[in-house]
Amino acid sequence: MAIGGAVTTGRKARWALVDIIVVVYALVPVLWIVSLSFKTKETLADGNFIPREWTFQNYADIFATDEFIRPLINSLGISIIATLIAVVLGMMAAYAIARLDFPGKKALVGVSLLIAMFPQISLVTPLFNIERQLGLFDTWPGLILPYITFALPLAIYTLSAFFREIPWELEKAAKMDGATPGQAFWKVIAPLAAPGVFTTAILVFIFCWNDFLFAISLTSTEASRTVPAALSFFTGASQFEDPTGTISAAAVVITIPIIIFVLFFQRRIVAGLTSGAVKG
Amino acid sequence: MSHAVTEAPAKPVPAKGKPALSEGKRAERRLGLLLCAPAAIVMLAVTGYPIAYSIWLSLQRYDLRFPDERQFVGFENYVAVLSNSYWWTAFGTTMFITVVSVAIELVLGMALALIMHRTLVGRGLVRTVTLIPYGIVTVVAAFSWFYAWTPETGYLANALAGESAPLTEQWPSLWIIILAEVWKTTPFMALLLMAGLALVPDDLLKAASMDGANAWQRFTKVMVPVMKPAILVALLFRTLDAFRVFDNIFVLTNGANDTASVSMQTYNNLIKGLNLGIGSAMAVLIFITVALIAFIFIKVFGTAAPGSDQGGKR
Repeated sequence: MAIGGAVTTGRKARWALVDIIVVVYALVPVLWIVSLSFKTKETLADGNFIPREWTFQNYADIFATDEFIRPLINSLGISIIATLIAVVLGMMAAYAIARLDFPGKKALVGVSLLIAMFPQISLVTPLFNIERQLGLFDTWPGLILPYITFALPLAIYTLSAFFREIPWELEKAAKMDGATPGQAFWKVIAPLAAPGVFTTAILVFIFCWNDFLFAISLTSTEASRTVPAALSFFTGASQFEDPTGTISAAAVVITIPIIIFVLFFQRRIVAGLTSGAVKG
Repeated sequence: MSHAVTEAPAKPVPAKGKPALSEGKRAERRLGLLLCAPAAIVMLAVTGYPIAYSIWLSLQRYDLRFPDERQFVGFENYVAVLSNSYWWTAFGTTMFITVVSVAIELVLGMALALIMHRTLVGRGLVRTVTLIPYGIVTVVAAFSWFYAWTPETGYLANALAGESAPLTEQWPSLWIIILAEVWKTTPFMALLLMAGLALVPDDLLKAASMDGANAWQRFTKVMVPVMKPAILVALLFRTLDAFRVFDNIFVLTNGANDTASVSMQTYNNLIKGLNLGIGSAMAVLIFITVALIAFIFIKVFGTAAPGSDQGGKR
């Protein structure tokens, strides 16, 4: 976009400098918690950014206790199930919104917008009581349900934006060849929409994986407590130990999936995040 | 498909340039409703009913420690909350965190968006690392900041705070909470703004440049006006999101020293106090505040509610 002036080495160097600032900004807090997780108990409180003595002890400790493994299983199970359901339901609704003409479309879009902006704490109080009465409190479904609900608007927006990009003609051609609207959806549009669906799944998963408020309010034991909630209850390997090292190690472990997603699907995530919000 | 073709539709279907096919149209409507039904039912069941229920709860004296004393008390809970200084402290704290962090995020986010949009080297790298704060679990980031500001343990505390313990004092704590919020959410703001930047036509910038506009003028006179809708949407999203601030405060201070947000106060009343009546009244008040903020954005600033007009355009 360089307006006037050729791309000189000087300009490149200046941009490189700016890039470095951004990289430092984004990575320093992450590297700090990684560094803490590798510090030995003796050097944990030395305040050095880079560990003086390296150890895997903290990781060994967390994987030796149910205190971490149970919540990790809960986190994975709850997030994956909620993601699958939210994406399937969102896909159906988004297809209808993007492609079909039917009454109540505006209302649906409006309602999901409201939910996207809804203060989650306002739902925690009533859900706490309702789930206690229904026996859903401190169970997987008790967390999966609110996650689906708050993920659906995100899924519907992102997916309908992706679905609009798909060429209409192919669907028409399929219908011309005798496919029903349903078949046109599953056989023609779904494969074309797969990249968008995949991106949405990543965004929804990140949302569920991230949640803390519901996780800490609607659970009370390790039966369904997820890692973000469990972290705040962490004690060290024994009850009386300083949990800094183990919390850091657990924090690093649950950050790994996010880093992998970001590294491999950067372009898609950026497209997904921006398409839902600004187009229109 | 068993409907008789001769049965003409009773009311004319608003045709959108397409021929009004009675049977196809009706099948389309049916499919549309069917496809949307599951999502709509889940969303309404998990939000609609609890909202109504929390309004009902907020009108009762309902303390789980004293379940026998449950009774209808009208607006007593609201009076209790609104005449309580803790609530107003939390409200002020939340507003302060919201306004300051969103303002900083707008400036930083715009800078970051310009960098991501225009950098000549390492664009992929910049975009990738930018997504890390967005994706990372808030609680994880909060712990990182917490340990960074813990005396002795933390590099920031040792470098900047000297002998004091910043997370035990109100104002240092608030600024650290804002720092944590800004770090985590600036990338999201930047991505929304970058999408707006992509809408600025290159020709317009070139023309402005020809006419002698400098970089700052091109930014304020060309880019910002074109990006205004994107900016407002980003601000609306982030303001409502910032108002819900909970995770960072929970980890960093647990609400000590008057740093609790309204979400934190509500949580404490519910989980620690087990007072459903007061908790629900707070929940409703937060909901009303958020609705007011959204209303102001949409009506006063003219923010286009994202998605609201998507059906018509394109």
